[in-house]
Amino acid sequence: MIASILAGDTQLYHQLIRPYERSVYMMALSYMKNEADAEDVAQEAFLKAFHHLATFRAEAKFSTWLIGIALNEARSRLRREGAWHMESIDDTPFEDGQTSPAILRDWREVPSEALERKEVRQMLQEAITNLPAIYREVFVLRDVEELNNVETAAALSITVGNVKVRLHRARLMLQKQLAPLLRNINPRSRRWVPWF
Amino acid sequence: MVLDCKHVWDCISGYLDDTLPEEMRDRVQRHLDHCEICSAILDSARNILILTADDLIFQLPVGFSERLHARLDQEMRS
Repeated sequence: MIASILAGDTQLYHQLIRPYERSVYMMALSYMKNEADAEDVAQEAFLKAFHHLATFRAEAKFSTWLIGIALNEARSRLRREGAWHMESIDDTPFEDGQTSPAILRDWREVPSEALERKEVRQMLQEAITNLPAIYREVFVLRDVEELNNVETAAALSITVGNVKVRLHRARLMLQKQLAPLLRNINPRSRRWVPWF
Repeated sequence: MVLDCKHVWDCISGYLDDTLPEEMRDRVQRHLDHCEICSAILDSARNILILTADDLIFQLPVGFSERLHARLDQEMRS
């Protein structure tokens, strides 16, 4: 399909990118932290990808290539605004690199139905958004967009080992922050519906 | 060698992804079988991953796709 687009059938580009709209937007949102800016970054990334399609190499995955473009677009925009600095892996808020979880004695599962409540969705969104960038970008690609370790490493230009370390820390940071909040969520009271 | 809790915490991500070497996975499992704290930590971490992966958490803005493709069309014409 890419060869056809490059040969002049540009309308095929619409079809080519449809499966990746969400991943690219999510990558942008994880940096820009507001929907309007994230949409703008995502649009720019798709436009840049279109203009540079000839530079895409078949040995890479198209999704990884696109996400990399979105990532660069978001970073350069934040840099222009003076709002970007890449936290070092050593700048973790944990002593000697140890990430510790929230200590619990029991856990009652929070069902997915709880996500129908806006405050629960906001709680989860904020926890992810507030992760330091190096953890957030890995978490979003691995656990939200469900890329594998190799794809995530390629998109972020880091090693697979770094993906694993950062993902582990991101997950424990989220557990530490969210577990105490989520366990206080009261299950929605059920309305009594007569069976007859 | 018996694993202590801190050692198990270091393995939580690998345990959830099922990427631990078999021997280590067995040792973690043996620890989880009798440690209610680590079991609760693992269950909560797994539960949080399921919730954060739900499409409801982050959704494309309404009209995102239409605006994107309209802009691409505009760009392709120019």
